[in-house]
Amino acid sequence: MAGHSAHVDASTLWGGKESPFQTSYGKLMMWFFLVSDALTFGGLLIAYGFTRHDAQEAWPIGEETFNSMPFLGHGYPLLYVALMTFILIVSSVTMVLGVEAGHRMDKKGVVKWMIATIIGGFFFVGSQAWEWYHFIHGSEFGKIELADGSQAIVKGHFGEIQNFTVVTPGHHHKKGDVVTEDLMHEFQHAAETGNLKDGMINLHDGSVAKVNKSADDHMKLIIKKNGKQNKVGSHIEGKKAEEMYYASLYSGVPNKVIYGANLQQNEYGPQQYGQFFFFITGFHGFHVFSGVMINIIIMIGVVLGTYHKRGHYEMVEKTGLYWHFVDLVWVFVFTFFYLV
Amino acid sequence: MERDDVIEYSLQTHHNEEEGKKIRKKIWFVTALLTAITAVEVALGAFIKQGTDIWPMVKWSFIVMTLVKAGYIVLVFMHLGDEKKSLRNIILIPYFMFVLYLIFIAIWEALAINDALQQNAF
Repeated sequence: MAGHSAHVDASTLWGGKESPFQTSYGKLMMWFFLVSDALTFGGLLIAYGFTRHDAQEAWPIGEETFNSMPFLGHGYPLLYVALMTFILIVSSVTMVLGVEAGHRMDKKGVVKWMIATIIGGFFFVGSQAWEWYHFIHGSEFGKIELADGSQAIVKGHFGEIQNFTVVTPGHHHKKGDVVTEDLMHEFQHAAETGNLKDGMINLHDGSVAKVNKSADDHMKLIIKKNGKQNKVGSHIEGKKAEEMYYASLYSGVPNKVIYGANLQQNEYGPQQYGQFFFFITGFHGFHVFSGVMINIIIMIGVVLGTYHKRGHYEMVEKTGLYWHFVDLVWVFVFTFFYLV
Repeated sequence: MERDDVIEYSLQTHHNEEEGKKIRKKIWFVTALLTAITAVEVALGAFIKQGTDIWPMVKWSFIVMTLVKAGYIVLVFMHLGDEKKSLRNIILIPYFMFVLYLIFIAIWEALAINDALQQNAF
């Protein structure tokens, strides 16, 4: 035992004058923490795998759910998460370059690379916020319950709603009024609450209006829950899909359609899917956020020269370990949540 | 006065400019590799639909690529490859033993439950 520490630098020794694994106390404890955190994430992802494997075909597919890009709209499967992944990998690289600069006692280099890392981290957290926003708001079609009791998600291009023309007056609108504001929101709210019937919409003030809407393109229903006729996994396209979709949407019955996601239900698949999405990506996002905060604190220490005076930049190395771990977890989340 | 609470470093981890160059070269190589693997994954995910004949192969290739990426991150970025072998083993081996067992038991159970549910449904 004692012979172990003979060739170790005296300053590395712990209180008991030993240096297990020839690492410093702080670094070893960071590794212990990371192993336990890895078990937490491992447990979460395995629980996800468990739920997914007992749900089978009803489970949503990554490229069906995540296909939006900022400024470009829908139809770009997985590109956005790929971009997020790339941002996180790059910020991991800038971090390791910062650690390398620290080993050369290059204070300027450490500051430069840590700033880059922090910017990358903020970009990632911001991207995740955008992704959540999209997930919560959902698509324009939503998930629909068809006449035979089956449920389907809908792909295609939603024809724009031009306006509502008031047919029966209410408290606010007169007959012949044309409503042009907040159309999508009103329309989806009416659809959820059963206030769409035979091409008409019941507005909040009690008036009834005709919905003027452009035709949809390339509509496709993908069945996610068995009904009397439609079975999970089957696809319905074209005119027939439109007829079935609008028969349900304009049935005047509430809760036939679900838009977006909350903790009770979501338009993508089983309830647990939404819960896992919020918990796993949320927990990871929380790690990224705290990682950015820790990086900022350590960077202030670097700028003040605290570590330079100490003679080494091990603190940068330790936050680096945490930051790489966050990247490591994302690699797995990316694969198991988005790809397979 | 010497503070023993802040002295906690092995001086072996300092290196000069020459070694730094080598290390940076390795870092950029790993960067390119991770980016390339991610690009391949996204292309496969976008163009090959789930449920097609080659999907199971694609799925396993995703898992393999993920493990390759994870390996490079842990061994190079987190420097675990440069630590003592005993430290590397004590971190990786218990973790893998536990997680592989958990994966096996969870997926096995899930498939059994799925079977039972399907038999009841029809």
